[in-house]
Amino acid sequence: MSADLLAEIREDFLALEQKDRLLLLLEFANDLPELPKNFQDHPDLLERVVECQSPVFIFVDLDAGGAFHLHATAPRESPTTRGFASILAQGLDGLSAQQVLAVPDDYPQSIGLSEAVSPLRLRGMSAMLGRAKRQLRERLAA
Amino acid sequence: MSAPFDPTEKFATYAHPSRLVSTDWLAEHRNDAGLVVVESDEDVLLYEVGHIPGSVKIDWHTDLNDKVNRDYIEGAAFAALMGSKGITRDSTVVIYGDKSNWWAAYALWVFTLFGHDDVRLLDGGRTKWLAEAREMTTDATSVTPTEYPVVSRNDAPIRAFKNDVLAHFGNPLIDVRSDDEYSGVRTTMPAYPEEGALRGGHIPTAASVPWARAADTDSTFRTRTELDDIYRGEAGLSDGDDVIAYCRIGERSSHTWFVLTYLLGFENVRNYDGSWTEWGNAVAVPIAVGTEPGAAPAPRP
Repeated sequence: MSADLLAEIREDFLALEQKDRLLLLLEFANDLPELPKNFQDHPDLLERVVECQSPVFIFVDLDAGGAFHLHATAPRESPTTRGFASILAQGLDGLSAQQVLAVPDDYPQSIGLSEAVSPLRLRGMSAMLGRAKRQLRERLAA
Repeated sequence: MSAPFDPTEKFATYAHPSRLVSTDWLAEHRNDAGLVVVESDEDVLLYEVGHIPGSVKIDWHTDLNDKVNRDYIEGAAFAALMGSKGITRDSTVVIYGDKSNWWAAYALWVFTLFGHDDVRLLDGGRTKWLAEAREMTTDATSVTPTEYPVVSRNDAPIRAFKNDVLAHFGNPLIDVRSDDEYSGVRTTMPAYPEEGALRGGHIPTAASVPWARAADTDSTFRTRTELDDIYRGEAGLSDGDDVIAYCRIGERSSHTWFVLTYLLGFENVRNYDGSWTEWGNAVAVPIAVGTEPGAAPAPRP
């Protein structure tokens, strides 16, 4: 997976009008990958992102080859939150731990959604990114 | 021409039954000429996921707020918005939304700033409509644009500014935020990111009545008796009171404004939309912290 996928996603958003940015976010929401089977059976492994107003849960994983994976789940009735989770899950997938930790903390503010989505909601995405990085650091230290 | 009113028995116990419609009523009347169904949600994408067939979307953030002033749009922008949604000055507008109509009530309040006469809420909102497995669609609604007159906003009767609140001390205030926001432990709702109001707490003397207490578990409004117990009983409001309600930016308190005005019949209720994001950061205003309302400062005329 390209280390620049998050940058590409940002370019895709910024190339669009506000209204179409929302539709792209909706596409991401619809494309949020299903949880792998082992997590569906073990909801206790997932961490709740309490900063998000909707119940969203995340779990980070490093596979045998050292590639990063972010798993997330959020309800269908919270498409904005699902969209944010999906951008991160897809954009970070397959990166190395170092690449993930190097993602700027203000990435959510840089993708051109502040006009269409209120700042308070965007901060929920920042919280997801922050928690994913924290979980990864804990994993590396373990 | 107004759509007929919903004769549901529960509504008849409220002060203004004409402000509510039931899911049954809407299912029957949603295609009536002169009726426009509006969805207004907290989640900006929810309408796109599925909405009541024929409904139009109004977003609180992008449609109702002015982009330059921290204020609502002016008459010309409101007229353009209404026209683009196929709403005329005579339309019956039924608004529904997620989270117990929290944002739907906010939209209704903004419609009222512009004096739109016939605007109603769907009791139970989006949640109840879905729970009853009623028809939803992702099809775009085709709208025939209309002409809506440019009407000046009339803020004074239902909107309070900071100086109105400073002059109001000695009269009832209702803080509709969560317990932790009221006491000052948090500056935003539980599970929302902290927003950065400089100080946590509440406006001195405000009674704490979290907005969602007015909603039942199925998102419908609680019964007249239950609401009377909460607002007249616990919060101590009496007929004739001049009341100001507030929250963080004025959305949750719109819900309480609706309850006090249309369900309980209070005639002088204003929503302070500056709310805690203004008051908690404002220079030279007093706050109270903890679970007690606190003493009334001298009103500042």
